[in-house]
Amino acid sequence: MLRMEKRPQPSRIWTWASPPLAVVVTMIAGGALFAALGKDPGEAIATIFWNPLFGEFAFYYRPQLLIKAAPLVLIAIGLSLGFRAGVWNIGAEGQYIVGALTGAAVGLAFYPLESRVVFPLMVLAGALGGCAWAMIPALLRVRFGTNEILVSLMLVYVAEQLLAAMALGPMRNPDGRGFPGSRNLRDYPAAHNAEIIEGTGMHWGVAAAVIAVILAHALLSRHLLGFHIRLAGQAPRAARFAGVRPGRLVVICLGVSGALAGLAGMFEVAGPAGQVSIDFNVGYGFTAIIVAFLGRLHPVGILLAGLLMALTYIGGEMAQSTLGLPAAAIQLFQGMLLFFLLAVDVLTNYRIRLRRAEAA
Amino acid sequence: MGAIDPGLLLAALMVAATPLLLAALGELVVERAGVLNLGVEGMMITGAICGFAVAVNSGSPLMGFVAAAGGGAALALLFAALTQLALANQVASGLALTLFGLGLSSLLGQGYVGIKPPPMPRPDFGQLSDVPVLGQVLFSHDLMVYLALALVAAVWAMLNHTRAGLILRAVGENHDAAHALGYRVVRVRVLAIMFGGSCAGLGGAHISLVRVPQWTEGMTAGAGWIALALVVFASWRAGRVLLGAWLFGGVTVLQLNLQATGLAIPVEYLSMSPYLITIFVLVIMSADRSRAPGSLGRTFHAPH
Repeated sequence: MLRMEKRPQPSRIWTWASPPLAVVVTMIAGGALFAALGKDPGEAIATIFWNPLFGEFAFYYRPQLLIKAAPLVLIAIGLSLGFRAGVWNIGAEGQYIVGALTGAAVGLAFYPLESRVVFPLMVLAGALGGCAWAMIPALLRVRFGTNEILVSLMLVYVAEQLLAAMALGPMRNPDGRGFPGSRNLRDYPAAHNAEIIEGTGMHWGVAAAVIAVILAHALLSRHLLGFHIRLAGQAPRAARFAGVRPGRLVVICLGVSGALAGLAGMFEVAGPAGQVSIDFNVGYGFTAIIVAFLGRLHPVGILLAGLLMALTYIGGEMAQSTLGLPAAAIQLFQGMLLFFLLAVDVLTNYRIRLRRAEAA
Repeated sequence: MGAIDPGLLLAALMVAATPLLLAALGELVVERAGVLNLGVEGMMITGAICGFAVAVNSGSPLMGFVAAAGGGAALALLFAALTQLALANQVASGLALTLFGLGLSSLLGQGYVGIKPPPMPRPDFGQLSDVPVLGQVLFSHDLMVYLALALVAAVWAMLNHTRAGLILRAVGENHDAAHALGYRVVRVRVLAIMFGGSCAGLGGAHISLVRVPQWTEGMTAGAGWIALALVVFASWRAGRVLLGAWLFGGVTVLQLNLQATGLAIPVEYLSMSPYLITIFVLVIMSADRSRAPGSLGRTFHAPH
């Protein structure tokens, strides 16, 4: 008979070993899934995880990796702060959309002015937009004790409708012959989030993601606020005795994660996406939840997990075109990853022992 | 601007409220057992496609509903394994369930887009359905509408007037005390979670087989999350879930009707209203959290 024994402290080895193990288990289960769909599992896994990096067309796909990873890492860094403190922001997708809308609104308002201040203003507007959207659940939780999970999630659906309203109404391209969608910001140099180094995929969002990783690491390991965040998550009672004000923490965690999600949306709309359109958001805000957990809520881990998830997006697209693997299979694959991670994590917190006969 | 027929509106309300009612009732039982399953949306959409696929292939909508309940319960079993056996965090596991369910459903749903499902049988009330207004509102629906109403009564009676309900509530209020009394905390919770899953599955299938009736990806569009909010709204009481489901069904139907009348407000702003009202109601109801089950969301690990 197996018995689980709670470890006095989470195992250090398993803390770091469980994400790679979960990835391997997911690959095996995913392979079985692909086989069930009538695809060669080995080939499918290789197409997703190997070919974008080292295959024949890798020169095209490698820059894509940074473009896809940047929003995931930016959002996940913000989410991880809240998740550590027990503040569950599930609505990053909505904050991402609103950040893109406010950022694009500033850019479109200045059109066609060519000035150096346009882009920085857009960045600011994007961060503020996302932050403001996240402030709704934050303030409701602090003031009325409303569950931030449900409120932030409801606001995703509101933001999606807002996006549609904007793409069809106020932000519609006046020269667009009535087609939905805004002007393309890529054709407006002052507002375009261009590549910093040509051909690398390295745009300002990538730079922001790297900065966010460094700052988050410094915050968590060196700053009192970071200590309070960790304390509030691990021992809420002790945190209160130590003078941590829970309300303040909720506002900070949601505000920061909203701002980062807003930034991600703004960089996306001004760069890779180019315009405000009905189908602008593709679920980065939700995938970032997986990234945050897969990265152990640790900044460096999140960076690696973000790159891995970006790889599944790109490899998934490749597998779609070359093998005819359905897009939904990749979505399912990403969902499985979080499942297996949570399951494997039992090893981090518990010791599995064989039950011995106990002395009377 | 056309007029809105109140009789038709109320009849549509009964149908629109049913998926929410089913899912929220299931989640209510789960939460009364002390488990917070945030995967309702995932279980609903899985139920929606399982029910749709089986109904189309077998030609029997009732078989579809059975399959939907099975699909929802199967997904719920994954959640139960994670949270009750592997003792994983319930919030994270629920989210994983939703993400997984959304992916699974769109994979299963390929090839079912644009098909019409077989029509759901309606019980024959004879003369009753000819009564003006009342007949239309009360006696013109499919079987599931009445089943959902019966389920409200059954869940209420089970929770408040049976031994099983007492044990379930004991487990939810204080799992350590329930364990000390010799109740099987994990077993009770696993059963509750599976009941919640099958209810969510039925609710999802009601959307894809009756309400819409069609299959499109992500068609539950947050109904699972609204169901979660309904449980808070209902202060974890079965009767109030019914009230809440009618309220939200009413809002949904009303805004759809307003869209159809061609009001000057853009459609998108009307479509926001159910979500905004959910937030509004949550704010009002969350002032009093004292009714939440004591062990809600906490992990139980038997000392021996």
